[in-house]
Amino acid sequence: MLPPQCTRLASTPIRVLRERVAEDPDFLFEYIEEVYRVIERHEPQIRAYITLRPKEEVLGEAEALLKSGKLGPLGGALVALKDNISTRGIRTTCGSRMLESYVPPYDATVVSKIKESGGIIVGKTNMDEFAMGSTTENSAFYPTRNPWDYERVPGGSSGGSAAAVAACEATVALGSDTGGSIRLPASYTGTVGLKPTYGLVSRYGLVAYGSSLDQIGPIARCVEDAAIVLDVISGHDPRDSTSLRVEVGGFEKYVVDEPLKSYRVVVIEEMIGEGLDKEVAGVFSKVLKKLESRGLRVEYRSMPLLRYSLSAYYIIAMAEASSNLARYDGLRYGIQPEVEAVHWTDAYGRVRTAGFGYEVKRRILLGAYILSEGLYEGYYLKAAKVRRLLYEEFVRLFREYDLAVSPTSPTLPPRIGEVITDPIRLFSLDVNTTPINLAGLPALSVPGGLANGLPVGVQVFGPPLSEGPILNLARIIEVSRSE
Amino acid sequence: MSSITIAIGLEVHAQITSLRSKLFCGCPSDYRDRPPNANVCPVCLGLPGSLPVFNRRALEKAVAVALALNCEISDKLSFVRKHYFYPDMPKNYQVSQYDRYGLTPLAVGGSLTVEVDGSRRTVRIRRINIEEDTGRIVYPERSILGSRYALVDYNRAGIALLEIVTEPDLRSPREARVFLEKLGSVLEHLEVTDTSLEGALRADANVSIAGGARVEIKNIGSPKELEKALSYEISRQLSIIKSGGTVERETRHWVKEKGITVASRAKELEGEYRYFPDPDLPPIPVGRDLIERIARSLPELPDSRARRIAKEYEIGDYMASVLVLHKRLCDHFEASSRACGSPKLIASLLVNELLRWVDEAGMDIATGVSRLSTDRLCKLVRYLDSGLISVKLLKEYVRLAVLEDTDPEELVFRGMTAIREAEELERVVEEVFRENPKAVEDALKDPRAVNFLVGQVMKKTGKRADPKLVNEIIRRRLFEHGSR
Repeated sequence: MLPPQCTRLASTPIRVLRERVAEDPDFLFEYIEEVYRVIERHEPQIRAYITLRPKEEVLGEAEALLKSGKLGPLGGALVALKDNISTRGIRTTCGSRMLESYVPPYDATVVSKIKESGGIIVGKTNMDEFAMGSTTENSAFYPTRNPWDYERVPGGSSGGSAAAVAACEATVALGSDTGGSIRLPASYTGTVGLKPTYGLVSRYGLVAYGSSLDQIGPIARCVEDAAIVLDVISGHDPRDSTSLRVEVGGFEKYVVDEPLKSYRVVVIEEMIGEGLDKEVAGVFSKVLKKLESRGLRVEYRSMPLLRYSLSAYYIIAMAEASSNLARYDGLRYGIQPEVEAVHWTDAYGRVRTAGFGYEVKRRILLGAYILSEGLYEGYYLKAAKVRRLLYEEFVRLFREYDLAVSPTSPTLPPRIGEVITDPIRLFSLDVNTTPINLAGLPALSVPGGLANGLPVGVQVFGPPLSEGPILNLARIIEVSRSE
Repeated sequence: MSSITIAIGLEVHAQITSLRSKLFCGCPSDYRDRPPNANVCPVCLGLPGSLPVFNRRALEKAVAVALALNCEISDKLSFVRKHYFYPDMPKNYQVSQYDRYGLTPLAVGGSLTVEVDGSRRTVRIRRINIEEDTGRIVYPERSILGSRYALVDYNRAGIALLEIVTEPDLRSPREARVFLEKLGSVLEHLEVTDTSLEGALRADANVSIAGGARVEIKNIGSPKELEKALSYEISRQLSIIKSGGTVERETRHWVKEKGITVASRAKELEGEYRYFPDPDLPPIPVGRDLIERIARSLPELPDSRARRIAKEYEIGDYMASVLVLHKRLCDHFEASSRACGSPKLIASLLVNELLRWVDEAGMDIATGVSRLSTDRLCKLVRYLDSGLISVKLLKEYVRLAVLEDTDPEELVFRGMTAIREAEELERVVEEVFRENPKAVEDALKDPRAVNFLVGQVMKKTGKRADPKLVNEIIRRRLFEHGSR
């Protein structure tokens, strides 16, 4: 399922790229040239990137990679990184004026892993400022457009990553997902987006928004590419205290066209309830039918607790955000407006007034309020309790079922400007994705089909560390789409 | 003043200087001789995306301290973020611990007993936290007053700190000083903190008089400064009370250079810290086996050491209790006593002489100890035993060794020895009698006036004369004089 910007060559999947380059090293240059042709042609409209690396630099790296002979599992793939993932020597703005000229002195762990595995960084992608948003319209620089329809948003907050991959302006991309920020844009752009189990992928170098919710994950044009990238970026990292100490790998092996097991699949009724567009419902029920036709049992269960999850999510995310964003004061890095001869508290005020956009300020204020003396118990502690209960509910559910499916988003991609001014509608785009982050579960959005010429994503999720079965089921949805 | 109750509580910040790296990153903990902002990394600089990783050695050190102070130790170590904006704090929050919202500090409910002027006081320890140190603000003109700008050095940011909080059980500045010295000594004995390092042991003190408002004094850098700051603050509050005013609850800063406390801009320092559990640092279980292992390997601590050395060296409880307030001093006492003998003399020289000069000169004990080395102490013991110097001269030798780093041998070489030859002293006494006929007359009438003549002789001999001998000669001469 590709939008019209893609060419055959530019849409080469990683495994094919790897094989072709092994046979004929020049293929890598042809491929890169082609991707840059797509970028030159379409990027002025799409605006997926904040910082695009010059073609010559990328070709130079490709040459060095070929010379080294270590093509690795990525085989020269062009990887776009969401601009909240720290890259040594390449500015990392978080879509914010605050960090417009901030150049990190270190690579995030995932970036080191990508580089060691034969990946070439192609650029840094647009996003909602500090990952706060669901449409990429909160970028301090410009909105990104959906490659399927330039009048529509690509989703957010990893909208730049999703749009770049969808339009073949990169091989794959990394995004970050705090409440749906990988899966929602994947759904809206017809790409595959995976949010791993909390702790599976190191957060070291990911600029924090909601630390207990944030995960880095791949956005790809096919399930197999997502699995290959997950194999590269996952694993224990001693630099991240929340990183899981588990043996991982071999995700690529799960990408087969038949179910590896007779999965018991569940649909949570609250995830297909009110607010679900009929176009989305239509695509979703077709996908369910195809799963059943392959002999998979699909059952329905209710989880009433889900009605509290969006509120709990926003309380926790905002509380953590207000804390994580306290460090931006312009003293050590970031913007430094003229602050001669004023008290430092006033200087901080000026920096933060000028550096942060409206939505960021709103969430910092709400977060600070939530954590304030006397209110903490009523908001944060209560939200933490909902979170624990929700996790326990999911644990119980996944004793009976292997995997769950839902529409990723209740709606088709909104038009630019359509929801941005209405926070309640905006937040409700995340209704099916946020509970996953609260419970720390893995989840993936895979295209289920088109409705009105726009992609509709299906969310596949499961218990902690069920990435393998999730990738397997996603692959089955992917192959059955063309049937 | 004795009828008024003074209540003093302390919030002590002790760096865990024995760790090789900072609390949450691999930067060296030895930052003191580094150029500004050279001892930093993305983590302790709070760069976007960086994450803390707890240095587990800090837990072992903290557990040892908690055991030494008889605290109850929590079964888990949980960190919180304490938020306030301040330029010396890279993240604008400090990773610390908290005792509400179902969270606990590492340890609670301990005690430490101090002895001042013969009376004992048991000071309750409210809690012990592990937390990170901040950077330092450096003013080009030394002080905030008169400086057009400020610089920040983050070399210290992220150094492991223990925050040890007492109940308001202390009753005088002197007691507070001895408490802080003893706590420092406990930390020294446990090899947690080298208290001789600048800024390694700091304290905030709160003081209230007669149940009045509590005033917090920040920025106190040593036990001696603590005593001074509290004395100043108490007399400030007493004079307010005397003139009919009321002491207000506030935070004040100790300005060492001026010897006064000044009001801080309270609004900045108080208020909401928006505590919440640090999501980057999952709680760490503190196992009973770990606690037991550390308990088994605890070294000798000041109290038991005092009991032991009092007995072993027969120096009395008082001398022993003062010696153990400073681990270096006590180590020095034991080493020197073994090397030179005469433990009583050595204890007295260290407690009565060395400490006095060190204090007066504002010198640290380590320097004092290195100047009054075991080698030098042994020489002094020998000189005194052989009669080469008198007790009076001995004290002078100690003073010169400590303040001017002069070796006793050098002083002997310069001829600063006791004059014990009667002939030489007879000559000097004769001279003094000749020069002070009036004093001689006085002395004949009033034996108390003899001292003046003795003093004159001592002066002429540069304190080298044996005072006993001088006395004898003068009395004999006066007798001869009177019978003439």
